[in-house]
Amino acid sequence: MAKRIDVSDLDIYYGDFLAVQDVTVSIEPRSITALIGPSGCGKSTFLRSLNRMHEVIPGARVEGKVVMDGVDLYGVDTDPVAVRRQIGMVFQRPNPFPTMSIYDNVVAGVRLNGKRVKKADLDALAERSLRGANLWDEVKDRLDRPGAGLSGGQQQRLCIARAIAVEPDVLLMDEPCSALDPISTLAIEDLMTELKERFTIVIVTHNMQQAARVSEHTGFFNLSGVGQPGRLIEFNPTEKIFSNPDEKATEDYISGRFG
Amino acid sequence: MSRPTRTPDLGQPAGASLAAGQPRARRLPRRTATGVFAVLTVLAVLLGLTTGLGVVPLVLLVAVVGTLVVVLLSRAVEGARKATDRFVTCLVVGAFALAMVPLVSLVWTVVSSGLPRLDAEFFHSSMLGILGPGGGVYHAIMGTLVITGITTLMSVPIGLLTAVYLVEYGHGRLKRAITFLVDVMTGIPSIVAGLFAYALFVIFFGEGVRMGFGGAVALSVLMVPVVVRSAEEVLKLVPNELREASYALGVPKWRTIVKVVLPTAVAGLGTGITLAIARVIGETAPLLVIAGTTTATNLDPFDGRMATLPVFAYYQLTQPGVPPEDGINRAWTAALVLIAIVLVLNLVARLIGRVFAPKTGR
Repeated sequence: MAKRIDVSDLDIYYGDFLAVQDVTVSIEPRSITALIGPSGCGKSTFLRSLNRMHEVIPGARVEGKVVMDGVDLYGVDTDPVAVRRQIGMVFQRPNPFPTMSIYDNVVAGVRLNGKRVKKADLDALAERSLRGANLWDEVKDRLDRPGAGLSGGQQQRLCIARAIAVEPDVLLMDEPCSALDPISTLAIEDLMTELKERFTIVIVTHNMQQAARVSEHTGFFNLSGVGQPGRLIEFNPTEKIFSNPDEKATEDYISGRFG
Repeated sequence: MSRPTRTPDLGQPAGASLAAGQPRARRLPRRTATGVFAVLTVLAVLLGLTTGLGVVPLVLLVAVVGTLVVVLLSRAVEGARKATDRFVTCLVVGAFALAMVPLVSLVWTVVSSGLPRLDAEFFHSSMLGILGPGGGVYHAIMGTLVITGITTLMSVPIGLLTAVYLVEYGHGRLKRAITFLVDVMTGIPSIVAGLFAYALFVIFFGEGVRMGFGGAVALSVLMVPVVVRSAEEVLKLVPNELREASYALGVPKWRTIVKVVLPTAVAGLGTGITLAIARVIGETAPLLVIAGTTTATNLDPFDGRMATLPVFAYYQLTQPGVPPEDGINRAWTAALVLIAIVLVLNLVARLIGRVFAPKTGR
C-alpha cells in the first residue's frame, strides 16, 4: 500500500508570488518524513502540493513534477480527486464534520463518494479505522453522538480515523499536534509509529523534539528573507540532521541560534 | 419622594471601597431602578388623573426624572463608574421602549379591530355574492398560498444556486457583476416588479392580462435577491476547513457542496428562505397590478384574476361598500390573518434553525 513519492524541481506559486522554489526530494515508503522550519517558509504549502490540495486556493499553482510510483500527480490526465483519494491529509485544527455523528465522520470518505456499501462492511470499516486511530475504546459506546462533542485530541484522532478509512497510500499531516496537549500529542505520536507500518507519512511540525522522536527523515525549509521563496535547505536522515547537519542554517535553527 | 425603600449600609463614605480593601463594593439593592420607575409611574398616573396631563408628557416625565433619580442615587452610593453604567442602561432600555411603541401600537390596533370578524365563516367562505355583512377570505388565503408557493418554488432554486455559484465557484468580473446586480435587485420598488411582470405577460396575453402566475413572477423578482443575499452570507459562514477535509478524502467539489457545505448550512438556509417568504407574502403593489382581485375562489394561477390577502385588505378598505363598516372590519381581520401567517412563518424559521443546527452535545 505505502508508496514512494519523488518530487523534482517543484516551484509552488500563489498567483504570481513564488512561495516555494526548486524542491527536489524523495519520500520513502513505510516511514515518517518530518518537515521543519520557521513559520512562513513553505512547509505546509509544500505538503499541500503533494496531494493537490494547494490548488484549491484561488490562483495557486505548481510547476515541476511530483511522481508517485511512476504516475505524475500533476500530469495532464491525472484527476486531482483521484490523487486525494490515494494521499490522505490530516489538518492542523481538528475538523470533524459538525453535522455528522462519530460513525458518519469515520465513514464519510466512503459515504460522500456515494459508494454503495453494505451496512456490515461499513460497520467493520468504522471499527477498523477507529481501532487504527486508537479511538475505538473511547467512543465505541457513543458512535451515534456528534463528532464535534469529543475533546480536541479525540477529534484529531477521529480525523485520522476518517483519513485512513479511505485506505490511502500516503498520509500527510499538517502540524497535527499543534492544537493538542502533551498527552494527546503522545497518543498521536504513538499512533503515527503504528501507522507507518502501513502508510507513508509526511508530517509538518514546529516541534523539533517531535520530529526527532518520530521521523526517519527530516527536511529543513527556510527562506532567505521576507518576500523571498522558501527552499528545502537540507534533507537527511533525522539522526544526522539533529546531530551533525550538513548545513550551517540547519544547525543554527535546530540549536536555537536562528536569525 | 424617591428614597430607595431599603437603604444600604452607609457606614463608610462612597468611593472608599477600593482604598480600604473592603471585601465587597457597595451596591444599590437589586431592582432599585425598577422600583424607582414603578413608584414614578404610580405617581405619574395620579398626576395624570388630577391634572389631566396627556400620556406623552407623563411618559417623558417619568423617563427623565427616573433616569436622573437612578443616576444620582447610584453616584451617591456606588460611585461614578457604576453611575455611568446605570445611565447608559437607562438610555438603552429607553431606546428599546421607544422602538417597541410602534410595534405594540400596531399589534394592538390590528388585533382589536380585527377580532370582531375573526369567526369561522371568515375562514371558509369567499366574497362571492356578498354585498353587506358576512363573507370571508377563503379565496384570498388560498390565493396568497398559491401565489407565494409558486414564488417560493421559483425563487429558492434560483437564489440558492446563485448563492452557491457566488460562494463556491464565482471569481473575478462575473462574480462582481452578479453581486452588483443582486444588490440593485434588492432595491427595486415592489410596484416596478409588478409593472415588469405585467409588461412581460402583456407580450404573451395582450393588454389587461390578470393572472396569479404573473403575481408569482413579480414576487420572485423581489424574493430572489433576498434569498441570494441570505444564502450567500450563510454559505460563507461554513468553515473552509470542512471543504478541505472533504476534498482531502477524495470527494469531488460538487459532492462536497451537496453533502457537506449545504447540510452544514441548512439551518441558516431554512431560516433565510422562510424570512424571505415572510417578506414577500405581504406585498400588495405588484399583486394589485398583475394578479388583481376577485370575489370568487380561483385556485388556477394561469386562469385570470386571483385574490390575495394584502390586495383583499386594500380593496375592502378603499371600497368598503355601503355601509362601510362591514368592509372595513373585513380589511382589519384580513390584516390580522396576514400578520398571523407571517408570525407563524417566523416561528417556523426559528424552529428550523433550532432543529437543524449542528450538534455539539457530548
